[in-house]
Amino acid sequence: MNNGRLFAALLGTVTVALVAIGTVWPAPSASAYSGAGSMLRSSSTPEAAVENLGDEIRGQAWEKAYASLANKAQFTEPEFVKDLTGNYPSLLTYTTLDKFEVRPLHASTDEAELELKLHWATVVGLSVSTRDLHVVRNGDRWEPEWPIVRESKVPPQVIPVNYLRWDVIYRGSGDDWGSQDVEAPHVRIVDMHPVDRAEGVVILGELLNEDVVPAYVSVSATLLSKSQSPIATEGSFDKIDHLLLPKQVTPFLIQFHNVALADVGSIRMTPLSALIPASADPVIEIGSEELHPAPGASLTGQLINQSGQIVNVAHVLGTFYDKSGQVIWVADQYVDQALSPQTPVPFEIHIPQDLARSVSSQRTVVATYSFGGSQ
Amino acid sequence: MKARLTLVLGGLAVAIAQMSCAQDEQMLLPKTVEAGSAFSIQSTGSGKATLYIVGLGQVLKRDVQLGETAFFPAESLISAGHYLVVLAGTSSTQNGSFDVLPTGKPANLSFLAKPSRLPVGLRGGITGAVYVFDDYRNLIAAPAQVSFELSNPTGPVQKRLVMTRNGAAWTVMDSTAQQGIDKFVARVDDVYSTRVVAQVPGDPCGLKMNAQQSGQQVRLVTDPVRDCSGNAIPDGTVVTFTEKYNGVQSTVDEPLKNGIAEVEMSAHTGATFSVASGIVMGNQIRWEK
Repeated sequence: MNNGRLFAALLGTVTVALVAIGTVWPAPSASAYSGAGSMLRSSSTPEAAVENLGDEIRGQAWEKAYASLANKAQFTEPEFVKDLTGNYPSLLTYTTLDKFEVRPLHASTDEAELELKLHWATVVGLSVSTRDLHVVRNGDRWEPEWPIVRESKVPPQVIPVNYLRWDVIYRGSGDDWGSQDVEAPHVRIVDMHPVDRAEGVVILGELLNEDVVPAYVSVSATLLSKSQSPIATEGSFDKIDHLLLPKQVTPFLIQFHNVALADVGSIRMTPLSALIPASADPVIEIGSEELHPAPGASLTGQLINQSGQIVNVAHVLGTFYDKSGQVIWVADQYVDQALSPQTPVPFEIHIPQDLARSVSSQRTVVATYSFGGSQ
Repeated sequence: MKARLTLVLGGLAVAIAQMSCAQDEQMLLPKTVEAGSAFSIQSTGSGKATLYIVGLGQVLKRDVQLGETAFFPAESLISAGHYLVVLAGTSSTQNGSFDVLPTGKPANLSFLAKPSRLPVGLRGGITGAVYVFDDYRNLIAAPAQVSFELSNPTGPVQKRLVMTRNGAAWTVMDSTAQQGIDKFVARVDDVYSTRVVAQVPGDPCGLKMNAQQSGQQVRLVTDPVRDCSGNAIPDGTVVTFTEKYNGVQSTVDEPLKNGIAEVEMSAHTGATFSVASGIVMGNQIRWEK
């Protein structure tokens, strides 16, 4: 009992001492975040100048970051901030810079080229963007030039939209419908293919809404052992387009970590569908889709919002097929900037290197989300 | 209510405990009683007693004068089932039982029709199941003929006659070739119940598009999209247009509007355009202008 009290008193004393030390001699980063100081280094080299800029972007010290730029006369501070966080609410609006990497590309006595790789922590995971910065010497200091990318502005106009919208009226308590209600949408798994990967079993497939009403869909799978006992159950989570309009097809991917396909006797698939109010708008064109071979295998393309509504978040899902038309992989990417009407926005989906050679064709779908919108 | 039931059941337990006593009184019980009808129980002997009638859904308690007839008016017992009767007198207890049967006349149908929406031309796609009940929601186990009718505003009526077994009957119907709202009616005598079954178009059939120059673009327009029975595919159905050119692909998922889908895509000489909806492929066009 006495030992316990002694230990508690000791812990309290040590805590108070550590707090006092931290207050009197704070770490540079803590001091910087509290606004009391800066952890920036002198911009005596191109790398230091870009690292300072990265630190300021991470601390959202927009004013300081803008002030440190050599080409700030070419744009305003709000334009600089919008270049980083987007003109319209998007994934980047609600993100912070997790870390950055600086890589020198070229240097001379008065100029240098550096690559700044920004790792944004978004609500759906990391989003990486890269900017090549030109850095110039100004006396004994180096100053980066920000490669501003101005989003094209859509001119003021009225875009008539007359696509369908579906609403659902469920049965009321006084209705003479017995136990009947509005039928759930009929969906069908049109393809399913388990593959053995280093990380475990992956189930790939495609789901079709074969009904005439929109459907909220998801798919779950249960792996059964050879004795038919369940091994594990997993869902597709966000590796699926959850909203399917009539006759629309979505790919899905379900991952089972630490399970070998050799241990699996059979798989029980459970597609789920529910009625959901939905709109056929917006329509997104997926243009210039191109498969790039390994190394760095990827599918690139651009999204063009054909409607008048701004799409805040776009989720691109790519389905990759081999020569026989079988699904061999499903990959996705969240586009971190909003889709303005008629404005192309690029996307890039990475394909596993070992599968890239087998990819013969692909199909891409886009799920869209609009803040305060109809979906 | 619960307290009263406990009291009655407690009294019943006491009465059963007295069953070993001398049985100099007797009780005349009906063998069966139709649910909701009046009935009587005759007793012999003299003095006062308490009569308990206990079933699964109902319990009756009545103070009676032995030697007289206890009358129970209509609707005293409405739940079908087996009832235990106990007559607890001061010196002895008698027990017996009788059955309450459903009335012979159907009054309610529980009609389950599935699904409420299905594609046209589906064989055995519609099922209907009926449970027949009397006025007091007792399942009528005696066989009864059920008529199932599925009628389309424009097509012929499908009709099936099915006898109930243990109070239930079921049937299977085909969806017709014509889209529309069908009425599915189950009828027993003059009692009927109606459900609505929506027959919707099936998959697109013979999907075809045309291409024409539109400035720097190619305008692709489908013919009116119909299923194999000629029903118009509903607006909102997604039609996928794909352009392939030099290893580059562009795709647009365009919902049908006014029965057709149209889109403008880049015009490249040698490009191939294809159209599909769901798992149905349409025609291909090679652009040579």
